Amino acid sequence: MSWVLIALLGVPLAGAAVLLAPSRTDAVARGRLLRVHGLAVSGVTFALSVVLAAGFDYGDAARVQFSTDLAWIPGLDLRFHLGLDGISLPLVVLTTLLTFLCFVYLCWGSADGPGQLLRPKAGGNRPRALVFTLLILEVGMIGTFLALDLLLFFVFFEVVLIPMYFVIAIWGGRARRAAAIKFILYTLLGSAVLLLGLLLIWAQTGTLDMVALARAQGAGMSRSVQIIAFIAVGIGFAVKTPMWPLHTWLPDAHTEAPTVGSVLLAGVLLKMGTYGFARIAIPVLPDGAAAAAPWLGAFAVIGIIYGSLACLAQRDLKRMIAYSSVGHMGFVLLGFATLTPVGFNAALFGNIAHGLITALLFFIAGAIKERHGTSVMPALGGGMLSRLPHLGSLLTFACIASLGLPGLAGFWGEMLALLGAFEPAAGLSRPLYLTFMVIGGLGTVLTAAYFLLMLSRVTHGRGIKTIHAPVLAAVGGGTDPSRVAMGAGNARMRDVTSYELAAWVPLVGLILLFGLWPKALLLLTDPVVHTLLGAP
Amino acid sequence: MIQSIDYYAVAPLLILALTAGLVLILDAFLPHRPYVRRALGGVTLAGVTGALAVVVSQAMRTGGPLKTFCVPDGLLGPSGGAGGGAALLTVPPVAGQAAAAPCSFVVDDFTLIFAGLALAAGIVVVLLSAAELSSGDIPVGEWYFLLLCMLAGAVALPASRDLIMLLVALELVSLPVFALTALKRYDGRSSEAAVKLFLVSVVSTAVMLFGVSLLYGTTGTVYLDRIAQILREGVPPSIAGLSPGQGVAGVYSSSLEISHDLPAVVTAAVVLVLAGFAFKIAAVPFHAWAGDVYQGAPIPVAALLSVISKAAGFAGLILILVIALGSQAATWVPLIAIIAALTMTVGNLLAMRQRHAVRLLAWSSVAQSGYILAPLGVRNDAAMSASIAYLVFYAAMNIGAFAVVMLVSRRSSRNELDDYRGLVFQNPAAGLALAFFLICLAGLPPGLAGLFAKIVVFREIVDGGGGWLAVVMAVNTVIGLYYYVAWAVRIFTPAPVTTGGVMDMTAGAGGSRTGWVPAGVAIALAAIIAVAFSIAPQIVLDLLPAEFITPG
Repeated sequence: MSWVLIALLGVPLAGAAVLLAPSRTDAVARGRLLRVHGLAVSGVTFALSVVLAAGFDYGDAARVQFSTDLAWIPGLDLRFHLGLDGISLPLVVLTTLLTFLCFVYLCWGSADGPGQLLRPKAGGNRPRALVFTLLILEVGMIGTFLALDLLLFFVFFEVVLIPMYFVIAIWGGRARRAAAIKFILYTLLGSAVLLLGLLLIWAQTGTLDMVALARAQGAGMSRSVQIIAFIAVGIGFAVKTPMWPLHTWLPDAHTEAPTVGSVLLAGVLLKMGTYGFARIAIPVLPDGAAAAAPWLGAFAVIGIIYGSLACLAQRDLKRMIAYSSVGHMGFVLLGFATLTPVGFNAALFGNIAHGLITALLFFIAGAIKERHGTSVMPALGGGMLSRLPHLGSLLTFACIASLGLPGLAGFWGEMLALLGAFEPAAGLSRPLYLTFMVIGGLGTVLTAAYFLLMLSRVTHGRGIKTIHAPVLAAVGGGTDPSRVAMGAGNARMRDVTSYELAAWVPLVGLILLFGLWPKALLLLTDPVVHTLLGAP
Repeated sequence: MIQSIDYYAVAPLLILALTAGLVLILDAFLPHRPYVRRALGGVTLAGVTGALAVVVSQAMRTGGPLKTFCVPDGLLGPSGGAGGGAALLTVPPVAGQAAAAPCSFVVDDFTLIFAGLALAAGIVVVLLSAAELSSGDIPVGEWYFLLLCMLAGAVALPASRDLIMLLVALELVSLPVFALTALKRYDGRSSEAAVKLFLVSVVSTAVMLFGVSLLYGTTGTVYLDRIAQILREGVPPSIAGLSPGQGVAGVYSSSLEISHDLPAVVTAAVVLVLAGFAFKIAAVPFHAWAGDVYQGAPIPVAALLSVISKAAGFAGLILILVIALGSQAATWVPLIAIIAALTMTVGNLLAMRQRHAVRLLAWSSVAQSGYILAPLGVRNDAAMSASIAYLVFYAAMNIGAFAVVMLVSRRSSRNELDDYRGLVFQNPAAGLALAFFLICLAGLPPGLAGLFAKIVVFREIVDGGGGWLAVVMAVNTVIGLYYYVAWAVRIFTPAPVTTGGVMDMTAGAGGSRTGWVPAGVAIALAAIIAVAFSIAPQIVLDLLPAEFITPG
């Protein structure tokens, strides 16, 4: 079965490579072919990941399964070492699912609805390049979660950057260039520091094998080396996550990115940072983690509070969701900072939940932005539930899920993270973590506050006339002005369309599933967490 | 005394030299017709390819290194101090040691890798020259003659194992380049560049000669390994016999033991030699000439300067520092570290503000010099291979970038970064190739060649404990990435639709049909190599000298 892992990387890569071949068909036929191609390639990849999930041995989730281990560059000691265990499986499935849903969103039907970037447009919006970029992005994301070699992990970690840069810089909103530059400079600085940390680990232990390193639990590295390596590696992952003082690239990137870009950025790219903490930073460098955990926790809770307060101050819907990610990732980091199995499970659960919920939120926010030509809340006016009932209710659902209502996926991650902070690992100061817990609890209240405030502004209340739309459309830039103007003229917008529903319903279903039956996920992560932490 | 010469060892050199003569004669005697230009290009290409073939065959050969121009046996002993060659050899062979005669010309892995690099890059430069010369205002025979002489120097230099041969080879690399730069007659920029290059090069040679003469004065020999041996005086002969192959620790301890015995003049010599080479490789603070010279020179010459000339400079630097001055590591290692840090930082900062494509490449190649130097600034044994590996990766990427720049410069003579807007739509192959080279230089996937090159260097630095240097380099990588990516993005953004610009483009495209093919082949060659390096960087890492450079 180990061929599946290679196929998982090979299918999108081959799909992207095929697009490089010059085609002679006319534009219309090519457009249709392209849509089928995108759907098919991402669909096959998703199917492969489902096959993996079906073939996975759940009784032994801690073991690395389907492993492939080939020498690639002996001179660098770099091995093409892939494998899957209980913490990477959910992330791989999440990645392929979200990519597939993005393609569904882009390609479904005649592809001329709002947000469907593949529609032909004057001046050329380069659909072929978009499909190519997204497929390469998928290779990088899947590879990051599969790699079991430090350098291979780093290579895949970097593969993601250039495609994401182009997604923001080419298909983004008005200030896209600056946002894309900010995104890539931040993440690159993080990666450079990360690389130094990884090389330091390598220089000290002489191996790049993540499994062996995790098993060694830091043997062979002195405490001071571990602390330095943890700081370097941690900064690299913290930029990606993003952790509080290093988050400033995130709101700009999210606001300017097109819908599919935001979805993948929030849904998967941020997870690469937290996955790095779970897979490399903490298991490989336990002493470093123990020394740095209080700081990590402090930054995490600052992030929670800061993110919530920033959300309260936002006027732009997409920007607000971006800041809410900072808060939610704060909970994930707090879970890691406890260094207990409970906290770890919470972090991994929160990771997946955030991927599902925020992806849905960005899909919906994108849909709103496409319809209104803006995502500034005062301009949107209220009363969405009466004007666009389905869209409004989906937005309400996603927000409620995100603020952590029990019974939906968002709840468990936050609750377990706070529970973990109640009883941190031995050696960590309990009063400090209790303080963290209290502040984090305050954060959940603030989270609820800003989401409800947003809902009261956008979905409830009296709708204002859409006479602003033409003006806003002119400002909006990225959207097709004629379409919005037409919608405004009729004073009627299309409610949720079939392709949107097709892309969103699976997310809604999974949010409900994991909310009602969290064990489905915890069963997978728990054995791995115990192995990684060396806990009984 | 009859000197026996191993003609196989010097065959690449001979081929290049003979081809150079042949080109000059053909140019003089063939009628002045357009086809002569192509014929001369063909002859040159054949010569360089032949030399490369010999180098490859030498590399395939198993067995020890080829040595020639050795001191004959009869002159080895202390009594034989009459002959010219032996007068330089004042040290009698140490008793008990297999008294290998010192040789001036050695073909080992180190030599082969540098010679192969120079010749492969030479092929690309010849192809680019064919494109450049097709416009017809540059004398063809002289151009190819000078180019071949320069390549001969670049092949001879890494094989040199004595100071005199080293200097002669280095001058052979440098001198033709002034003339090549100035060959574009009636071009003010070009002449200015040539004068600048000439002055800088002559000054640096003078400085280096002074350093070399001090070295010769203190040690009394010109052979690199003998110099090393004398500088290591006081160490038991058994260790000295191992020559510089021992680890850093050994070198440090030996330098500590003997430092009080050596006159301070050795330190001065080390610094002077270093300064001389710093000019050649455009390291800070001797970098200022790079921008103007690269921009003023014809683009093939700029490519030559940035790859072949720089590789030769590094070969010489590594030879002198590692073989001859290995025991002085305590003096030069920190110095190199500081120079490396400054070079990468200054080069990147200057490159960041450039609007002109060639100037940007000029400053960025200064920055890349810093990365190549960095491993030498931490330690001196394994670090050498990291430097060489980076140099090989860098050569493939940079010469490819120059090849595309050459192609574009034929359309828009301004050659500013904004002229690259929408290149991928007008010429997809060239646009994608340039984007790939730039991403490689930046060191990001999919340009894995650059990424692995950086990883090799980082590993050496981290391994050697140069934490601060690693951090400086990490920050620099990010700065470098900013301007490389900004350029790469221009390639993909549609060109602004201004009628003047479009007309200019089409007119230029029509006029530049001639010489399009060789430039295209050059780009394809560089791209194939860069892609191969990206997929299997092992190719380069396997080539690296397994053990230390064979002393003369």
